[in-house]
Amino acid sequence: MGMTITEKIFAHASRTHKVIPGQSVWLNVDILMTHDVCGPPTIAIWEKEFGGDAKIWDKNKVVIFPDHYIFTANPHANRNVELLRQFAAKHELPNYYDVGTERYKGVCHLALAEEGFNVPGTVLFGTDSHTCTSGAFGMFATGVGNTDAAFILGTGKIWEKVPESMRFIFNGDMPEYLTAKDLILRILGDITTDGATYRAMEFSGSAINQMNMLERMTLTNMAIEAGGMNGIIAVDDITREYLSSVGVSGYQEFTSDSDAEYFATYTYNANELVPVVAKPHSPDNLAAVRDVEGTKLTKCYIGSCTGGKLSDFHYAAKILYGRKTAVTTFIVPASTTVARQLKTEKYKDASLYDIFTEAGAYIAESSCAACLGGPADTTGRSIDGDTVISTTNRNFPGRMGSKQSSVYLASPLTVAASAVTGVITDPRDLLQ
Amino acid sequence: MDNLITGKIYVLGNNIDTDQIIPAEHLVYSTSDPEEAKKYGHFALSSVPPEEAGLPHGNLPFIHGDNYQSEYSIIIGGSNFGCGSSREHAPFALQVAGVKVVVAESYARIFYRNSVDGGFLVPMESAERLCDILQTGESVTIDITNGTITRHYDNRVFTLKNLGSVFAIVQSGGLFQYARQNQLL
Repeated sequence: MGMTITEKIFAHASRTHKVIPGQSVWLNVDILMTHDVCGPPTIAIWEKEFGGDAKIWDKNKVVIFPDHYIFTANPHANRNVELLRQFAAKHELPNYYDVGTERYKGVCHLALAEEGFNVPGTVLFGTDSHTCTSGAFGMFATGVGNTDAAFILGTGKIWEKVPESMRFIFNGDMPEYLTAKDLILRILGDITTDGATYRAMEFSGSAINQMNMLERMTLTNMAIEAGGMNGIIAVDDITREYLSSVGVSGYQEFTSDSDAEYFATYTYNANELVPVVAKPHSPDNLAAVRDVEGTKLTKCYIGSCTGGKLSDFHYAAKILYGRKTAVTTFIVPASTTVARQLKTEKYKDASLYDIFTEAGAYIAESSCAACLGGPADTTGRSIDGDTVISTTNRNFPGRMGSKQSSVYLASPLTVAASAVTGVITDPRDLLQ
Repeated sequence: MDNLITGKIYVLGNNIDTDQIIPAEHLVYSTSDPEEAKKYGHFALSSVPPEEAGLPHGNLPFIHGDNYQSEYSIIIGGSNFGCGSSREHAPFALQVAGVKVVVAESYARIFYRNSVDGGFLVPMESAERLCDILQTGESVTIDITNGTITRHYDNRVFTLKNLGSVFAIVQSGGLFQYARQNQLL
């Protein structure tokens, strides 16, 4: 019996030839990523457990992106960034991306890709559940807590259970009104928020092959919303081209064997799918946009590791070009690179930045911002009984701030179309 | 690890996510300063919608007033307990509030790992859906090794699933203790 791509990476990283789902193995970790929310407690555990003169297992393999609570006056949040700064200085970490400097990057999951830390065939652990995003690059990437991260920081190793794999095949071509967000929300509706718990989610098919890396990252990003340990997509020419553009070479490509065993296989035809939303208060609360259209909104939000990439803003610009927003709309580029690209990338004759500004949208600085609510002064945070439509990944009660607010999750096309009308709107009505 | 845990239960439903367990805005506090860390106990489960807080009736606060500890030391949940973010602050907040054991139908992976590897609490899985049977405020005793939960008023015994391969880590008190005992560190 053959192995899946995830099983092959597990075997490689545990220095063996064959692994079986359910088996616990010790993995050698290639990259450990952390940020301002979970970094300080991770460091505290590491110092407590390994002592005052503890050594980091490999400085070059530790990557720290402050990104969650950045543009806030909250003293505790700012103290956490200061703790990271001191830690990076004390240990002379080469991969620290400090706030207020040219190196500041913004949201970690996109920054990992942009800075060349996503390398096919490798193992990446991060203190953030959306670390699974990096699996778009044919690698194993997953989230852990502070204790596990502290263990990795000192040893470069961690135990993990070999996951069973689930396969999601998207045949056909992506219609212009559909994005990767619609696909992953559809999967969530079909398998629910614990449908992939402890499992790998492997995406393939002609519709995936046509997607750029940023769209693929939207799929793998939300594997955790189904409980998945990781999301993964095999390397192809589009992956290789992206990697070459960020200076990554000499990696190992793994592919699933034709006789690999899967827990389940779901097959879709992209041409037959429609724009969808996740209604409040769960990412699996699926509805066709057509079935909720007309729902009155108080806020629209385009941002986060899921929906604040350049590809998301290209989609939004298609709709917002030459139009005005009818409701408060936030544009939050996930990374500082994306923020710069908004000014250089164009739709028709206008830059994305100008399109959004002329539409009356508010363009915020790069960070996780209101995706997870954050401190009270966070840009875009939901207040009172707000009804929000957002390109982010979670709509749990209180997730974006106010416990009384309601959040709909949708694609950047659907959010932009809804921003124009002020009510939930199918993008097919506004695409020229 | 104490093998027998006795206490009052607090009952919740399905998909208790980490934002409900400890809302993201509170993640700024220190987990290593004992005084400041009490905030985590104070805000534990503070984003559970009131009607779902303390089933079957709801509207029962987990924490009263300015306290940081709860009168309930055992949580009974439905499926997918602890879904959402990787924040280890979630099992930590429950521990600060005085929770020793969670008994749920199933768990999200990272919450489960964090509970075990950090030694914050014992995540047990029930064989049947106890959140529909047990009621908030009832007293129970949990036997971790033998996998049972006994309701005091009628001595009814429910089966819990074996902890399996993580039992050794739970018994050690967390990943670091386990690694030291097994010469992995």
